[in-house]
Amino acid sequence: MYPRPFEYVRADTVDQALDLKSETGGRFIAGGHSLLPLMKIRLTAPDTLVDIGRIDGLRGIKSNGGFTIGALTTHAMVAAEGAGDFPAALSEAAAMIGDPQVRNRGTVGGNVAHADPASDLPTVFSALGATFTAVSKSGSREIAASDFFTGLFESALTDDEILTEVKVDGEPASSGSAYAKLFNPASRYAVVGAAATVGVGDDGNCSACTVAVGGLTAHAMVLDAVASALLGKPVTSENAEAAGQAAKDAIGDDVMGDVYASADYRRDVLPVFVARALMTAASRAS
Amino acid sequence: MSRYMGTSVKRVEDPRFLSGQGKYVGNISLPGMVYVGVKRSPLAHATIKGIDASKAEALDGVIAVYKGQDLVDGGVGSLPCGWTFDGCLTPPHHPVCIDKVRHVGDAMAVVVAESPSIAEDALDLIDVDLDPLPAVIHARQPKGEWPIVHSDMESNVSYHWPLGDEEAVNAALAASDHVIELDFANQRLIPNAMEPRACVAQWDAPDEHMTVWTTSQNPHTIRLLLGAFTLGIPEHKLRVVSPDVGGGFGSKIFHYPEEVIVPWVARQVNRPAKWVATRSESFVTDRHGRDHESTAKLGVNDDGTFTALHVSTWANMGAYLSTFAPLIPTALYITLLSGLYKIPVIFGEAYGTMTNTVPVDAYRGAGRPEASYLLETIIDLAARELGMDPIELRRKNLIQPDEFPYQTPVALVYDSGNYPGLFEKIEGLSGYSDLRKAQDEARAGGKLVGVGFSSCIEASGPAPSAAAVGLGAAIGLFESGSIRVHPTGKISVFTGSHAHGQGHETTFAQVVADELGVPIEDVEVIHGDTDRIQYGVGTYGSRSAAVGGSALVMSAVKIRAKLKELAAHLLEASVDDMVYDQDEGTVSVAGSPESKKGFAELAFAFTTADNLPEGMEPGLEATSFYDPVNFTFPYSAHVAQVEIDPATGEVELQKYFAVDDVGNVINPMIVEGQILGGIAQGAGQALWEHGIYDEDGQLLSGSMLSYAMPRADGFPMIEVDRQETPSPHNPLGVKGAGEMGTIASTVTISNAVLDALAPLGVGYLEMPLTAEKIRAAIVAASNGGGE
Repeated sequence: MYPRPFEYVRADTVDQALDLKSETGGRFIAGGHSLLPLMKIRLTAPDTLVDIGRIDGLRGIKSNGGFTIGALTTHAMVAAEGAGDFPAALSEAAAMIGDPQVRNRGTVGGNVAHADPASDLPTVFSALGATFTAVSKSGSREIAASDFFTGLFESALTDDEILTEVKVDGEPASSGSAYAKLFNPASRYAVVGAAATVGVGDDGNCSACTVAVGGLTAHAMVLDAVASALLGKPVTSENAEAAGQAAKDAIGDDVMGDVYASADYRRDVLPVFVARALMTAASRAS
Repeated sequence: MSRYMGTSVKRVEDPRFLSGQGKYVGNISLPGMVYVGVKRSPLAHATIKGIDASKAEALDGVIAVYKGQDLVDGGVGSLPCGWTFDGCLTPPHHPVCIDKVRHVGDAMAVVVAESPSIAEDALDLIDVDLDPLPAVIHARQPKGEWPIVHSDMESNVSYHWPLGDEEAVNAALAASDHVIELDFANQRLIPNAMEPRACVAQWDAPDEHMTVWTTSQNPHTIRLLLGAFTLGIPEHKLRVVSPDVGGGFGSKIFHYPEEVIVPWVARQVNRPAKWVATRSESFVTDRHGRDHESTAKLGVNDDGTFTALHVSTWANMGAYLSTFAPLIPTALYITLLSGLYKIPVIFGEAYGTMTNTVPVDAYRGAGRPEASYLLETIIDLAARELGMDPIELRRKNLIQPDEFPYQTPVALVYDSGNYPGLFEKIEGLSGYSDLRKAQDEARAGGKLVGVGFSSCIEASGPAPSAAAVGLGAAIGLFESGSIRVHPTGKISVFTGSHAHGQGHETTFAQVVADELGVPIEDVEVIHGDTDRIQYGVGTYGSRSAAVGGSALVMSAVKIRAKLKELAAHLLEASVDDMVYDQDEGTVSVAGSPESKKGFAELAFAFTTADNLPEGMEPGLEATSFYDPVNFTFPYSAHVAQVEIDPATGEVELQKYFAVDDVGNVINPMIVEGQILGGIAQGAGQALWEHGIYDEDGQLLSGSMLSYAMPRADGFPMIEVDRQETPSPHNPLGVKGAGEMGTIASTVTISNAVLDALAPLGVGYLEMPLTAEKIRAAIVAASNGGGE
C-alpha cells in the first residue's frame, strides 16, 4: 500500500489553490478519503497533491434564505446540522456515510467531486436540486445538480476549476425530504439509495415531488416518472409503492451489478426504497 | 484456595496495546535495512514463459531482483506439509514459482530495494510473460476432465480419508423411518487478522546466525521448518521471534513463502531485510478457511431417534497443501460428526482437492464449525420433517451425564459433560418458550421472524502426541512451560504457547501466582522467542490453557516440592510433614504453623546455596513438558432470533443467547471476550463473509470494499452464561474457549434465518445468507417454487 512518489503543496486560499493547481498540474485533496485509497492501490498516481483542506473559508454551513454548504464541510457537520428548515434528507444521508472516522474527515466537496456512483450525497443533492459553485481563474459559475454528475466518477468540473460550495433551498413547512438506503455490508456505500422531497398541499395530496436514485447507474439521476405517478394523490403506502414501481420502470437498462447485488436485484428492490423515502418525506411535511 | 483462578483480573497486556505501544514485527527498524517486495501472479493458472526484470534492476534504489530458480540455486527448499498420512499426495511448493503459477497471488519474483516505495515501483517494472492455462476452482471434482493443478498428480485429488463402517450405515439408513438427504456448502472465508503478516530477518555473518521476526502463532515450529526444510540454516543457528501479533485466527500458524524469502534475502545481500503485507496481498496470500462441499444423509425414526449418519465431503485445498491443511477436513471434522448425540453408526469421508485458489488451512474452529454446521442444519431439517421442536429432537438423542467417558462411532472419546443441564440453562437464559410464542404472534402478523438453536461440541486442546502423530502430525502436540524463580522471589514464566490476542500474559500469571502463592505482580509471562523459550508447539486449536497451562502447573509442582524439601531441612522437620500454603506462599510444619518459611526467603536460600540439603542443586527453576492424555470437549447451546425484511431480504439479528461449558474458567472476562468475539466472527460467516472466485480463478471479493466483515452495529447485546464441568484429565480442569463461539454462532444464525423462511416453504440456503439470496428464495417460494 505505497503510493507512487508525489509532491505535496498546501493552499491557504482559493486563489492560491488555483495557482498551485495550474503550476503543478496536480490534484486537489481535501479529506483524502476517496483519493488516498486509490493512490495506495495505484489506480491513480498524481505527481502533486494540492492540499485545500485548510482553506477555512470553505468550511461550514451558512443559512442565508437557503443554505450554503462549504466544500470542506465534513459529513459529520452535515449530519449534525439541526436548523429547522435544513433538508432532513441531507443530514440523514450524511449520517449514513461510512463510519465516524470517515464522517469526521470526509468532505462534502470531495465526495461530490469524486462522483462515485454509489455515493449518497449526489443522490440527495440531485433530489434537492442543489447548485454547485465552481471557481476558476476566469471567474465562477453555478452548475445545476442535473448537469453536475455526468458519468462514472465524472462531473462537470473542468481541470482548472475548484468546487467551493453547494447551495440548497430551505425546506418549507409544507414539504419534507428523506433518504432511504440499502447498505453494502462491506463498503457501506449505497447498493440502492433513494432521496425524495414531497410537498403536501392543503388538500392533503402530493403537491410537489422530486425523487433521485443512486447506486444503480453511472451517476445519480432524477426520475420524473416517480413524481408524475404521485402528484395530486395522497401519499399512502399504496400510492408510494406504485410510485416506486414507476422508478423501476424508468431506471432503464444501464443498471450495474456486483458480487454483492446483481443488477436485477437492485432493480427489484428499488421500489422499496423509493416508497420508503416518499413515505418518510411526506411524514416530515406538516 | 485460589486467589486468582476464576477472577476477572484486568489484562496486563492492555495498557501497551491501548496506548499504541505494542511491539509488532512491522515496528522493527534495523540499521541498513532493505525492503522486500513480491511480484504476484495476476492469473490463477499459467505457464511462466519468461521474466524480464531489467527495467526494475535499473531503477535507482533497487538492490536485486530474484526469480524462483535463484532461490532454488541458493539452497531454498520446498515448503513442507506438516500433516500427511498414507495416500496423501503432497505436491511441491516453492516459495517463489519456477515454471508455473497456480493461484492469483502466487509469488513470481522478489525485489529488494532501499525503501518499500521503491520496491513497489520496481514490481510495476517487472514484465512476466504468462501463458494462461484453464483454471479449476471447485472442491467437488468427481472423476472427469479437470485442469490439473500439479502435473505430477494424475488428478487433483490429494487424498481420500474415510472413517466408519459404511455398510452398517447404509443398512441403518435403509431401515430408518426417515432419511434426510442434502447437499451442503460451507463457503470460503478470508481470515483478515487486524495485523497483516510481516517478516524481518537479520543475518549475523561472523556467527552464521540468523534471526527471523515473524507474525507467527508458533515460532518454534517455524524455526524447525526453516531449519530442516526450507532455509537450510541449522536450527541452533536460527532464532525465530514472534513479538506482539495482532490476531491470527489460525492464519498465522502456517509456514509461508515470505518467511523463507526474507531471511534468504537478508543473507544474500548481508543486510537486514523486511517485508510487510499490504491488505491486498493478505487477501490473496493468507491461507483461507472452510470451502467444503458435502452430501449428507441423516436417518431418523418416527419417535425422533437418530439411526445413522453418512457424510461425503469435498474439501478445497487450494493450489498447495498448506502446513496443516489435510488435518482440517479429516481428523478435526469427520471425527466431530457425532455432535452431542448418540448416533449408533456414522460414516464420513473427505476428499482433499487441489484447485487454482489460495491454499486453505485452519481458520478459527477449523473443521469443527464445518462439522457442526452440517450436523446442526440437517437436524433442524429433520425436526421440520418430523414436526418436532428442534430442541426436543436434540434432547431426545443427547449423551447423558452418566455416560462419560463416551466413545463415539468416529474415534473420539468425550471426556465429560452435562448436556441436559446445558439445555435447561439456555432455555432459561433465552426464555425459549416465550421466544417461540412471540414468533407465533409475529408470524400471524405476517412477519418473518426466526428462532435458531444449535448445540455444538468441539475437540480442543490438541493433542496426545501419539494420537496426533498416528493421525498424520509430523510433530507431537505437547507443550512446555518453565518457571524461573529469581533470587528476590520474583518469577519469570516461559511458555511455548503464543499469545496473539488471548491474554496469556494475564491468565498464565494467574495460574502460576495461585500455584505458588505469590502476588500476581511478581510474575511475568514470556513467550514467542525461540532463544528465550525452551521449546514450544504454539497456540491454535484452543490448546493454550489446557496444554500450555498444564505444563506450567507441572513446573509449579516441581518448584513447590523443592521448596518443601529445603524448608524441611531448614526447619529440621520431615519433608512429609511440610505443608505448602498456596494462599500465603509459605511452607510450614504440619501442626505447628508458626514454624514456617516464606517464599522469597526460601528462594534467596537457593542463591546463597550455603545451607542446602545434601545433594540438592542450587537455583530454583523447573521446566516441564505436558502431553495431554486426550482432547478436551467444550460444548455449547446457543439461541438466536432474526427478522427478515420480506421486501429486501435483509436479515436483522435481534437477539442472541449463549451458554457455553468450557470447563473451569481462569479469567471469566477473557473467556467471555473469546465467546463474544467468536460469536461475531461466526455471524460473519452466516450473514456476510464470502471469498468468491470466478471460473477463471479471479478473486472477486479481494478487498474490504467487497469482503464484508462483521461490524458492531450488526449485533444486539449478546447474553452469555456458563456451565462449568471440569475436564477430568488436565490439572486445571479447563477446556478450550477460543473457538466455541464461532463454531456455534454460524449455524445458530443460519438456523434462525432458515426457521424464519420455513413457513414459506423455503428449505436449505447456502451461506452467506445475503439479502439478494434470501429475497430470491422468498420470490421463488411465493411463485410456488419452494422446496
